[in-house]
Amino acid sequence: MTVMEQRGAYRPTPPPAWQPRTDPAPLLPDAEPYRVLGTEAAAKADPELLRTLYAQLVRGRRYNAQATALTKQGRLAVYPSTTGQEACEIAAALVLEERDWLFPSYRDTLAVVARGVDPVEALTLLRGDWHTGYDPYEHRVAPLCTPLATQLPHAVGLAHAARLKGDDVVALAMVGDGGTSEGDFHEALNFAAVWQAPVVFLVQNNGFAISVPLAKQTAAPSLAHKAVGYGMPGRLVDGNDAAAVHEVLSDAVRHARAGGGPTLVEAITYRVDAHTNADDATRYRGDAEVETWREHDPIQLLERELTARGLLDEAGKQAARDAAEAMAADLRAHMNQDPVLDPMDLFAHVYAEPTSHLREQRDQLRAELEAAAETAPEGGTHR
Amino acid sequence: MTTVAVKPATMAQALTRALRDAMAADPAVHVMGEDVGTLGGVFRVTDGLAKEFGEDRCTDTPLAEAGILGTAVGMAMYGLRPVVEMQFDAFAYPAFEQLISHVSRMRNRTRGKMPLPITIRVPYGGGIGGVEHHSDSSEAYYMATPGLHVVTPATVADAYGLLRAAIASDDPVVFLEPKRLYWSKDSWNPEEPAPVEPIGRAVVRRSGRSATLLTYGPSVPVCMEAAEAARAEGWDLEVVDLRSLVPFDDETVCASVRRTGRAVVVHESGSFGGPGGEIAARVTERCFHYLEAPVLRVAGFDVPYPPPMLERHHLPGVDRILDAVGRLQWEAES
Repeated sequence: MTVMEQRGAYRPTPPPAWQPRTDPAPLLPDAEPYRVLGTEAAAKADPELLRTLYAQLVRGRRYNAQATALTKQGRLAVYPSTTGQEACEIAAALVLEERDWLFPSYRDTLAVVARGVDPVEALTLLRGDWHTGYDPYEHRVAPLCTPLATQLPHAVGLAHAARLKGDDVVALAMVGDGGTSEGDFHEALNFAAVWQAPVVFLVQNNGFAISVPLAKQTAAPSLAHKAVGYGMPGRLVDGNDAAAVHEVLSDAVRHARAGGGPTLVEAITYRVDAHTNADDATRYRGDAEVETWREHDPIQLLERELTARGLLDEAGKQAARDAAEAMAADLRAHMNQDPVLDPMDLFAHVYAEPTSHLREQRDQLRAELEAAAETAPEGGTHR
Repeated sequence: MTTVAVKPATMAQALTRALRDAMAADPAVHVMGEDVGTLGGVFRVTDGLAKEFGEDRCTDTPLAEAGILGTAVGMAMYGLRPVVEMQFDAFAYPAFEQLISHVSRMRNRTRGKMPLPITIRVPYGGGIGGVEHHSDSSEAYYMATPGLHVVTPATVADAYGLLRAAIASDDPVVFLEPKRLYWSKDSWNPEEPAPVEPIGRAVVRRSGRSATLLTYGPSVPVCMEAAEAARAEGWDLEVVDLRSLVPFDDETVCASVRRTGRAVVVHESGSFGGPGGEIAARVTERCFHYLEAPVLRVAGFDVPYPPPMLERHHLPGVDRILDAVGRLQWEAES
């Protein structure tokens, strides 16, 4: 006989205030990542959209290769490649309207470029001539964010402010699998759900946070499952299926714009290159694993679909390659020019008005530069 | 016409009025934080704002300091002027990454394209019998972060004037509110129009010839009391209220020290690595030939803020200040 079955035992009742706030069932992600390419759903996809995605993926792959090559030439201090993740990067940029905002992490240069930012300005941070090369308001792209997940609350605040002003603006914020362990990820999702802010969180689960695999990052069934705890829908998508990522993100953006609140999207993808050019990926993963992902390549998946449906021929492929090559040549040419830096910029933008101690330090540097110019030979370096 | 006697306002009431006036003057001003809405803040500084301006303008947020400041960043990016409350000094630490990695440097990293006009209200300091984590003086952390203004009022009128200036500033301002002065009153009449004080100017609270006490926030009234007591010892002390730690008013400070030739820095924050070290160094560099004695510091001890039953031994009081003033008779001793 248990305690509860004893005669006269205290019978528990729920605490008076307890009631479920949200039905969790509709918020839960599907068991399998959503896919379009190679399935019946592909027949409904817009052929023009698929062709645009293809051209952008080919361009993005070439951009990753060119930027990586620039690190070897010493033109970039570092480059975190998104080779293999191009579908997520491109879809994130293409689903947004002009008035919407993109909040990228440091790895998302490709999404920034696909959003329309000048490819050279997008690399300013990684080259090292300044922290942000572009005007965030010109294309509504926040600065590339190096601390993990700290840009997510910014996206929530901006979307919330836009809604308060009556603008139907959506913010899309990108983060990696490692970033989901940070406190700011939690606080951003919680604020977004409580405020019903028009935000889409895109987690690119590329398998590793530098060297730490997902299994050591989380014990959750999936990262998309985390959404239900905040009271927002979680969606799981094949991150290498450009059509699927585009569809899922479009749904989430539409939902947010219509006042439905935030969505957490987990895209299952893979970082084919190392974390950056400074990382040795062979220390934490085997070639066989990388090979299986190469067979699930986002460009190949889309190319097979387009070819099978007669939407892409050899001339079409060549045109995409030629456009990508032209972009790469242009990027190379611009990156091979030495940036012209003004050391006095150090003091230009710390405050609206420099403080007295900054004015003193500015005078000190100016005097140093003038003294150096007097003793330097003709054509002396600015560095 | 009859004149109605008006009760003098407390510092907390002056802060409330500054917030209300700023919100009425500019619809972009939004107040946010834990308990700032229905409750009016644990110190009642935001009392009545949610009722008057609506919950969208004065918002009770989830309990998460990084989230409060992080979302304020995004709101400022979209053209709002958030005023966030950190409730207690030591509760602000979870927000430090947002403060240091983003708030302080967004203008700089975007070459001036994205300034962040955020005011961060931090009730700080001890002397109210608070338990652990309710009495820290964290100003040195803020001072050490380029891109932030750090301001702290000591009078009721300054509480109003400096908070209005902070909210109007296009740069982020850490606005340190001395908790134990929240209920202090002075002659400021809340019905009279109050001036907006420009940030960055120190003020001489009491003129004197013998030595200068350099102080701010909760230590200003203590220094004024010490200056009165010092008259019995034959010392005529000048008291300078810094009001703004960043930017620092070298001009007012150095003019005073050059007049008196002697200086003591007084604050609650710890001495080692604290604001006094920076202030003493600046004064020494600029006024060395005028100094009759080394610049001394009277500060809190370099211990974690003590439990309330011991805090009176920790906080710089009148006797400790007078002892330091006595030690300024450097020539006689050497």
